[in-house]
Amino acid sequence: MKLIDIAHSRTGDKGDISNISVIAYDPADYPWIAREVTAERVKAHFAGIVTGEVQRYEIPSLSALNFVMQGALGGGVTRSLAQDAHGKCLSSAILELNIGDRP
Amino acid sequence: MKTIRIGSGAGYSGDRIEPAVELAEKGDIAYLVFECLAERTIAIAQQAKLADPATGFDPLLIDRMKAVLGPCRRNGIRIITNMGAANPLAAATRVRDLAAEMGLGPLKIAAISGDDVLAPLTSGPYRITETGETVSDMGDRLVSANAYLGAAPLVEALRGGADVVITGRVADPALFLAPMIYEFGWSMDDWTRLGKGTVVGHLLECAGQVTGGYFAHPGRKDVRDLARLGFPIAEVSDDGDAVITKVAGSGGAVTERTCKEQLLYEIHDPARYLTPDVVADLSRVSVRQIAPDRVAVSGAGGHPRPDTLKVSVGYIDGFIGEGQMSYAGPDALARARLALAIVADRLRITGVAAGELRFDLIGWNSILGEPGDDAAPPPEVRIRVAGRTTSMAEAVRIGNEVETLYTNGPASGGGATKSARRVVAMLSALLPRSEVTPSIVYVEA
Repeated sequence: MKLIDIAHSRTGDKGDISNISVIAYDPADYPWIAREVTAERVKAHFAGIVTGEVQRYEIPSLSALNFVMQGALGGGVTRSLAQDAHGKCLSSAILELNIGDRP
Repeated sequence: MKTIRIGSGAGYSGDRIEPAVELAEKGDIAYLVFECLAERTIAIAQQAKLADPATGFDPLLIDRMKAVLGPCRRNGIRIITNMGAANPLAAATRVRDLAAEMGLGPLKIAAISGDDVLAPLTSGPYRITETGETVSDMGDRLVSANAYLGAAPLVEALRGGADVVITGRVADPALFLAPMIYEFGWSMDDWTRLGKGTVVGHLLECAGQVTGGYFAHPGRKDVRDLARLGFPIAEVSDDGDAVITKVAGSGGAVTERTCKEQLLYEIHDPARYLTPDVVADLSRVSVRQIAPDRVAVSGAGGHPRPDTLKVSVGYIDGFIGEGQMSYAGPDALARARLALAIVADRLRITGVAAGELRFDLIGWNSILGEPGDDAAPPPEVRIRVAGRTTSMAEAVRIGNEVETLYTNGPASGGGATKSARRVVAMLSALLPRSEVTPSIVYVEA
């Protein structure tokens, strides 16, 4: 199964840092998502785009994770040569992660 | 229990205008807030002001005010906005003139200044957060330095009877927090309430992003009538908890899902969302759908405000030149790749001085990098070449080399576009509060 089947996501930008939320549609799936979608997996998923560290924060009251990715926006949203300087498209990309079968 | 209704009339400088009119006419709101000042906008506005002291405020200020001043006056709605950008006083003067022309006086307008900290920032030992460089070493590349002010001067302006409050750089949520502090008489060290109010402001500051904008995904997250998206209203209680809603009958939706996405938008550590007024804590926030298009938000908290204020520093970063061209049909990808290789050669042969270059195949690898081996070749591809230069003349040469593919490049390339622009980019610094002194000037129509 892919993350997109059980979660939604939004991207925000600040300087050269992108944050991506991953929010369970059903709170019952949150522990599963929290187990599968680690900072390491997200960093690997965005290898080639994100040059720095990826930190994960957990917000159980929202059944949500928040990933903060350093060096994600081509040197900073106001100077990037990238087409999507804000990294707005990254939230859809994270939902492509394969998360196996429902436990 | 007393509640106040605050509407959000814009999520960025170029946002739609009619949703704010709808809020003013039908939203039953007491405050209409317009957050229109992106980081870079103030640096560009500062340059405009240097060229002409009567400018430097948001270019859509008059259009927006012309549209909402009438209904706001009729319905007793006070307006709060950062559309003053680099020149709140000039903006206030223009709004005064507009109100007089429209016969909407008496109208009291507060212009809040003091966010311009270029002088103290360059005369002290302050460093750029991202690079560690001393600010004063940036010399004439520096364009602007604006501290993020908190809610205090806005509260004072509301107490002073302002119908319209116009600011420059103010923390976005503070634009919304100010009327809460004013209406409920919250203490400036009531960290829990200030934290809750800040979270409400954070939910509203991007306007349509909490009512179904930046959210729709056909078949998974469908949203009704985005072409007539309604902008949000917060119904705030004295305890700082709130209900997020919108005008009945407008497009969009307010759901737990739209609110959750916006709660975490541009948040780093959810337990420590830094603002000039409070360190807000979103780590235990919860949302609950209590009726259609009504979501209750509770559980936010707050900790004492930081000792320093964040400053956004504008500087001239150089120039970016860009060119694009399309290829379609059989072997579009191969012809596009050949085109990129030709441009790369041409930039080298002709000696274009670009410090950094980027070659993209739009529709293939321009956003997420190279697709996997199993990706089907696209029926259409658009090449994009972008480069950073130190002069406008060099930047122009990049787009020109893409354009010359028309007559010198692969078969059937079409639709060339090119651009070159000067880049004002942003960095940040921290400044002690003692270096920042907000001030208020009132003008009346």
